[in-house]
Amino acid sequence: MNTLDYLVLLGVLLGIAAYGAWCTRGHRDLRSYVHGAKNTHWLTIGLSVMATQASAVTFLSTPGQGYESGLGFVQNYFGAPLALIVIAIVFLPIYRRLNVYTAYEYLGKRFDSKTRLLGAGLFLIQRGLGAGITIYAPAIVLSTVMGWRLDATIICSGLLVIGYTVSGGSAAVNLTQKYQIGVIFVGMIAAFFVLLTKLPADLRFGDALTVAGGFHKLEAVDFSLNPDRRYTVWTGLLGGMFLALSYFGTDQSQVQRYLTGASLRESRLGLMFNALFKIPMQFFILLLGVLVFVLYQFDRPPVFFNQTAWHRQVEQDSSGKLRALENDFNRAHDDKERDLKSWITARHAGNIAGAESAHDAALAANTRAEAARNETKTFLKTADPHVGANDSDYVFITFILGYLPHGLIGLLVAAFFAATFSSKAGELNALGSTTTVDIYRHIIKRDADDAHYVFASKCFTAMWGFAAIGFALFANLVENLIQATNIIGSIFYGVVLGLFLIAFFLKRIGGTAAFCAAVAAQALVFALYSTLNISYLWYNVIGCAACMLFGIILQLFLPRHTTLVEIPNAH
Amino acid sequence: MSRDANAPAAAGRPEPSDRDTGLPGLRSWRSVYVAVLGVFVVWIGLLTWLTNHYTP
Repeated sequence: MNTLDYLVLLGVLLGIAAYGAWCTRGHRDLRSYVHGAKNTHWLTIGLSVMATQASAVTFLSTPGQGYESGLGFVQNYFGAPLALIVIAIVFLPIYRRLNVYTAYEYLGKRFDSKTRLLGAGLFLIQRGLGAGITIYAPAIVLSTVMGWRLDATIICSGLLVIGYTVSGGSAAVNLTQKYQIGVIFVGMIAAFFVLLTKLPADLRFGDALTVAGGFHKLEAVDFSLNPDRRYTVWTGLLGGMFLALSYFGTDQSQVQRYLTGASLRESRLGLMFNALFKIPMQFFILLLGVLVFVLYQFDRPPVFFNQTAWHRQVEQDSSGKLRALENDFNRAHDDKERDLKSWITARHAGNIAGAESAHDAALAANTRAEAARNETKTFLKTADPHVGANDSDYVFITFILGYLPHGLIGLLVAAFFAATFSSKAGELNALGSTTTVDIYRHIIKRDADDAHYVFASKCFTAMWGFAAIGFALFANLVENLIQATNIIGSIFYGVVLGLFLIAFFLKRIGGTAAFCAAVAAQALVFALYSTLNISYLWYNVIGCAACMLFGIILQLFLPRHTTLVEIPNAH
Repeated sequence: MSRDANAPAAAGRPEPSDRDTGLPGLRSWRSVYVAVLGVFVVWIGLLTWLTNHYTP
C-alpha cells in the first residue's frame, strides 16, 4: 500500500464514521437511541440488515472458499429467502404492533419476566462471546499481510466503531452501514472488472468458466441425499432455513435493524430486499473467488497464500524441505498451465479427443500441485501450530495486493474494514440495547428518566465494545476461536428459536412451561454436545425441536395458560 | 420514559401503509412473497443449469 491507498483508506473510514456521528448526535430519549427516529426507508433497512450479517470475514474468506471449493457454499443460503418471508409474515407484525425495544421484551409480554431474561441472557452470552471475533478475524489477516501491528489494528478499529455507535445509537449504525455497504459493493465490483482484465487476452469469459468447470469449481447445486456431503440443496434449505429463522428472527442485532422502519411496509420491504439479493450476493462473491482461481491457473500463485508465515518458516528451515516443495509445486503448475492452454486450443479447434486428453493431463498436473501444497501446509502447521493450515483467507487479499492499481487497493482494504465496522456496530448496538432494556431497566432501575437510560445504554454499548477489544487482543488461535464461536452460536440459537416459535404458534403454553422447556432443552443440547460427534449445525434443529416438545409435555402438567397480550394477526 | 414499554398499549393498533406495498404491479403482500419465491426458484434453476453445463 502506498500513500494514495492510505489516504483512500483513512478518508473513507473516518469520513463515514464522522458523518454518521455528526448526523445522529444528540439523542435524548431511549426509543430514538435504540430504534432511531423510526423513519428509516426500506432500502436503508435492507442494506443495514445485509451489512450487519456480512462481516469482513464474508468478503475476505468467501472468495477464498470459492477458490478452494467452488460455488457449492452458495447452497447454505437457500433457506434464507424462505425464512425471511416467514419473518415478514409472522415475526415482524408482532414485534411492531407490540412496539417492543428488543425481541426478548416480546417474550416478557407473551410469557413472563423470567422467560424474557432467559432469552436476553442466551443472546448476550452467545453474541457477547462472538463479539471479539468480528474484530479479530479480519485484523489477523490484514495485519499479517500489511505488516501492521495486530494489537494496534484491533484497538484502532474497535475504538472507531465504539465512538460512533455510542454517540449516535441505532440511527448512526443504520446511516453508516448504508455508506459502508456502498463502499463494499463498489470495491468488490471494481475488483471483479479488474480481475476480468487480468485474465489472459485470448481467454474468453466462456473459456474461463470452462476452465473453472473443468476443475469442478462451478458445481453450485448438489441434489444428493448423501448425509456426508457438507453442502447440498437439502441441507441448505432445511438447515439454512433454521439458521436464518433464528438469526434474522430472534437475534437482536438483526431485529433492531428492521424495527427502525418508518412503518411495517418499510420493514417488510427491507427484509424482502435481503430475500431477493442474499443468494445473488453470495454467488457473486464466490464467483469472484472462482475467477481468481482461473487467473492463477495462468499466472503462478504462491504455494502458500499466507506469505508472511511461509517466508518466516523458510528462513528457519535448514533442511530445505519448503523450497523443495515449492519447486515441486511450480513444476506441476507450469505443466498444468501448458495443458490448459492445449485444452482451450483443442476446444476452439473442435478437436474433442485432443481436448479430453489435455484436460486429463491438466487434472493430473493439478493433483501433483495440490499434493505439494498440502504437504507444505502440513509442514508449516507442524513447525508452528499458530499458523493456520487453511490459507484460503489470504487468497483474495493476495490477489488485491498483486493485481489491483493503487487507490483501488486502499478502497478494497477500506471495504474490509467497513464490513468489520458495519457488523460490529450492529452487534454492539444490540448488546447495549438488550443490556439496558432487558436487564438494567427491567431489574435494576425501573423508574429513571429517558436521559438516564440513554446514558446507561451508551455505557453498556461502550462496555461491550471494550470487552470485544479485550477478547480480540487475547485471542491467538484464530481457527479454533472462529469454530468455537460458530459452535457457541449453534448451541444457543436453537433453544432461543424454540422459545419464539412456542410464543408465536403454541398459544396454550405458558411462561413456566416455556421457561422450564428452554432450560431443559439447553441442558440436553449441552449434554449431546459433550457426548455426540455430529455437525454442530444440527444443534440448531435439536435445540428448537426439544424446546417445543418439552414445552408441550410440561404444559400438560401445569395450570392452563391464558395469553397476556393479544397476538395480532399477520397479514 | 415516554411510555411504559411493558404495557401492551400499542397492541392491535393498525399501522399506516400496512396493506399497500407501494410497489408497481405488486399491490398485495401475497404477490410480493410469490414474486420473491419466483425469483428464488429462477435462481435455483440458473445455478442448476450452470452446474450441469460446466461439469465435465
